[in-house]
Amino acid sequence: MTAAARGAPDGAADAARDPVHLRVRGLRKRYGEHEVLRGVSFDVLRGLNNILIGASGSGKTVMVRQLIRLERPDAGEIIVDGREISRLSDVELVPVRRKFGMVFQMSALFDSMDVYDNVAFLLREHTTLRERDIREKVMARLQALGVEHAAHKLPAELSGGMKKRVAVARALALEPEILIYDEPTTGLDPITSRTVDDLIEQTRETYGVTSIVISHDMASVFRIGHHITYLYKGVIEASGSPQEFLASPSPRVREFLEASGVSRERMEGGRA
Amino acid sequence: MSEASQPAQPTSPPPVAQPRRALPRWLVALGRTAVALPLRFFGEIGMLAGLLGQAIFWGLRPPYRVGLLLAALEFVGVQSLFIVGLTGLFIGMVFGIQLVDGFRQFGAENQAGSVVGMALTRELAPVFASLMVSARAGSAMSTELGSMRVTDQIDALTTMAVNPVQFLVVPRIIAGALMVPLLTMVFNLIGIFGAWLVCVQILGLDPGVFAENVKWYVDARDVTQGLVKAVFFGFTVTLIACRHGFYAQGGAAGVGQATTRAVVQSAVSILVLDYVITSVITGQGGL
Repeated sequence: MTAAARGAPDGAADAARDPVHLRVRGLRKRYGEHEVLRGVSFDVLRGLNNILIGASGSGKTVMVRQLIRLERPDAGEIIVDGREISRLSDVELVPVRRKFGMVFQMSALFDSMDVYDNVAFLLREHTTLRERDIREKVMARLQALGVEHAAHKLPAELSGGMKKRVAVARALALEPEILIYDEPTTGLDPITSRTVDDLIEQTRETYGVTSIVISHDMASVFRIGHHITYLYKGVIEASGSPQEFLASPSPRVREFLEASGVSRERMEGGRA
Repeated sequence: MSEASQPAQPTSPPPVAQPRRALPRWLVALGRTAVALPLRFFGEIGMLAGLLGQAIFWGLRPPYRVGLLLAALEFVGVQSLFIVGLTGLFIGMVFGIQLVDGFRQFGAENQAGSVVGMALTRELAPVFASLMVSARAGSAMSTELGSMRVTDQIDALTTMAVNPVQFLVVPRIIAGALMVPLLTMVFNLIGIFGAWLVCVQILGLDPGVFAENVKWYVDARDVTQGLVKAVFFGFTVTLIACRHGFYAQGGAAGVGQATTRAVVQSAVSILVLDYVITSVITGQGGL
């Protein structure tokens, strides 16, 4: 079933709040002579799966690195819950970053720690919980994601899918409001990719997080996406719901869809 | 009238652009190197200063991670004890042989103890202990941080609102500055023991004279000079190792290069700093 068919999730608590969780306005980033982001503007909708797609080298990962302020953009604004963060110092960014969780492409688990310590890390860093309470929370999180049996394994001993689950468990440890997934299905087989998609959707439903998913896996995009933004050579070419995206008149969007083997008819027939 | 029927006008040949004489390739390469080397040098100093500034800023801010500091102290200090002790023993023994052999020519072999003591405490102990720490702990730090960088683990720390300089760099630099002086003292003791072993037990010097010479000629200023150097060396070695690992790029090959650069730069920095500090402390040497 496509996300379009599922419709947007309900959320009474969110209704009273701004439906836009994060706004990007006129974002620019240059590396030497090469301007990767050339005035990017788009919205991230609260409580939904927001998908950022684009060809390789279109600036998706650079975009995400600016969103979470791993890098400082050259110009433009990033507004999270009404607060502009693009010019904040590292110290001022500490509370802002706690709103975010990130699942990296290669999971980025700390390889010197076992799974349990990876997930407990944030709780030890940012809370005053006793070790007994931390243990309860960590094991509950691992259990919810189906990896409790791997609690004392090192990341090197895990499969790709399990690493992703642990990375999600770690990112969720402090119950962030926004969860960013950087190409979560890259390098995974189709079955594991589908499992990861289900995981993203389950996580959003269960914890009510706003998800930003960077992807060029179109099957995955239409399976879980509620709002799709297409980045083309550093500018936003199209943005909207899956239906709006499929109906986009932009020749670049059409070209991207065709190259991905996606047609409007197929998607509306729910056979993505 | 057609153009063909016009009489030919005497024309001067059009000016031909003289081809520029290309500079020899070796000269171009030399010029580029002459420009690039100072730029790289000052760029490197800038990177180190930037990282140091961040380390001071974040090191003074809570949270103070005592556990990480203890782990770094154990890694830099305790785990380097064996290799530093072994190096000290053999340096002392070799130095003992050379001094007795050399001084015998003047009938002054009894002075071996005093020279061994001064040389070890002032120079050999801090320099060799730092080189060993650089080779063992510095290279490991550079590799570990480099691997963390290229696998996004350092970015992951940042996204978790944990400053990576505070978490990874600060404890290591403090550990370097604290543990290298302690290792230097260990080097001093084992080095002098090694020299005693050779000079007294093997080459037959009088044990009382050897010990008295060490006590008479080696004073607190010599030891302090060595310890001051050790603080600077330990700090520099760990800062350089962290700088190369922390900013590594280019996958596994990049991590390898970062480690090599860290060890080479550390070794050169120790020797250059040694001259500078010795010159400042003694008031000689032009600085």
